[in-house]
Amino acid sequence: MTNKARTFALLLVASTTLAACGKKEVENVPPVADNTTYGNTGDTVTPSGNAIIPGSQEDFLQSVGSMGDRIFFDTDRFNIDSADQATLQTQAQWLARYPNARVTVEGHADERGTRDYNLALGERRANAAKNYLASLGVDASRIQTVSYGKERPQALGSNEEAWAQNRRAVTVVIR
Amino acid sequence: MEPNRSLLGFLLSILGLITLAPIAAAQETAPPADDEPELVEFDTAKVRRIAVPALVAPNPADTAAGNSATLGRQIAEVISANLRNSGLFEPQGPAGIRPITIEEVTAPQYDYWKGRNVEQLVEGFVRVGGDGNLTVGCYLYDVNFGQELTRLGFVVPPREWRRAAHKCADAIYSKLTGELPFFDSRIAYIAETGPKGKRVKRLAIMDSDGANHRFITNGQSTALTPRFSPNYKSILYLSYQDGNPRIYVYDIDSGRQRLITASANPTFAPRWSPDGQTILYSMAVAGNTDIYKISVNGGAPVKLTSAPGIDVGGSFSPDGRQIVFESDRGGSQQIYVMNADGSNQRRISHGGGRYATPEWSPRGDLIAYTRIAGDFRVGVMRPDGSGERLLTDSWQDEAPTWAPNGRVIQFFRTERNTGKTSVWQVDLTGRNERKLPTPVDGSDPAWGPVLP
Repeated sequence: MTNKARTFALLLVASTTLAACGKKEVENVPPVADNTTYGNTGDTVTPSGNAIIPGSQEDFLQSVGSMGDRIFFDTDRFNIDSADQATLQTQAQWLARYPNARVTVEGHADERGTRDYNLALGERRANAAKNYLASLGVDASRIQTVSYGKERPQALGSNEEAWAQNRRAVTVVIR
Repeated sequence: MEPNRSLLGFLLSILGLITLAPIAAAQETAPPADDEPELVEFDTAKVRRIAVPALVAPNPADTAAGNSATLGRQIAEVISANLRNSGLFEPQGPAGIRPITIEEVTAPQYDYWKGRNVEQLVEGFVRVGGDGNLTVGCYLYDVNFGQELTRLGFVVPPREWRRAAHKCADAIYSKLTGELPFFDSRIAYIAETGPKGKRVKRLAIMDSDGANHRFITNGQSTALTPRFSPNYKSILYLSYQDGNPRIYVYDIDSGRQRLITASANPTFAPRWSPDGQTILYSMAVAGNTDIYKISVNGGAPVKLTSAPGIDVGGSFSPDGRQIVFESDRGGSQQIYVMNADGSNQRRISHGGGRYATPEWSPRGDLIAYTRIAGDFRVGVMRPDGSGERLLTDSWQDEAPTWAPNGRVIQFFRTERNTGKTSVWQVDLTGRNERKLPTPVDGSDPAWGPVLP
């Protein structure tokens, strides 16, 4: 199933107009008791049985795909290259589907920079991602930024590969 | 936040300098230079052999900090350790040398100490007063010339006995090296625990030798880059307390803190002016970071830089007239100097590689920095950019902070792969380097001035 088709199906299940759906689809839904274990009456269900709230961080991650929540930068740089543009376009499409969703873009730097400079660099990167999302039509007021400098590495090694993973801006849906 | 009470404010008011009774054959000696330090080369080729026997307790008595005889030995141990750790002394004692009598304190047995092959001798006493306070006397003698060089006396509450030891060590260090004192001072830093991907970072303070350690924040929110105010009454630091990096000024007496600006923008890299009246900070607006200053009492901030690049950090010259800061306006991090009003901005680093975290020496003669050229190393240069000298050589040494006498630097070292950090100290020769004892990992040290 494509992302779009899946989202559509999930929205159908989530709707209160279950009666309008075919009986088969309703049967696909696990027993109510299972759903309540997640504590969310509005939950919908993936084929694998995990509850995903439309417009949630989980929904976002599923929609944008593996690593689709982040873009990467060269050392000391904060420009948005073509790969970043594709990633941010996918994020913008999701944001267009959920106009009430708000996000924080977290800017990060690798450990091979000084602390204060890296805080400033993380700000630059987060804002670069924010500005590009805004240029794609996402209302800037829906996008917060925060810099973690080198304080929150994703990859823990001290090598080029790890540093490349850590020079990033990550989009996170605000709960 | 943990509740806090100010030990510091209390002890600042209680450490009293007393005048020791003159002794026979005493002669006036010049006081340690404290207005105009001699501009002699830092003489480190000469390592001074000095004996530090235990201080005598003429009438040993119990105090809140233990028996005064024990304190006499402990004070000598602290003096001895301070001198040794400076790299400029080779102390003997108090372990392994004979105890002295109270009579000897004012009538040293020069011939005996000559036989021990020492050049100088420190003797002293500890008395317990009726009010429970300690009176500590400290005398420095030149063994070869058979004369007194200096003497000092202090009244301290027993639990602050280490301060008397630091003051004594400072007097000896100043007298024999011609440099200003620095042992009796404190460090604010960040105590680190936990795995690399999830470090817990707490604001903490300690004496310059690592003693009297105290955690200030509990680690729930990441704390970074502290700076003691010149009067030690408050600490500027960065906290993610509200989810964003913001500078707070923490009041040590009350344990309360406040934001330095009402702006919703992220603020970081806080610094004090030498008079403690102005706060320098960096703020990112729409991703662009510039340097600002604001009165410690609030009011309107003044924007000092406006380059499109990252302008960050900064450190006042000791006269408060200039600021050294870092900027990547030219393409990479470099060191710039400007007047305190933001005018006349000019680059001073030209040695190749990147330069970061400039800190102006309290003496005014040098600027310390982090040089990034492959590895991170701590170095110094003159305020005009000349005379560049690297002091350390490791994988990642970062963020120098000056001892109050401008002759010693602390910085932090990060270990490759593990991300473990530690606070280190090095003198201007680069030869005397050592790790500070901290209860957990440590980073972002910030050295305060000599205590009154």
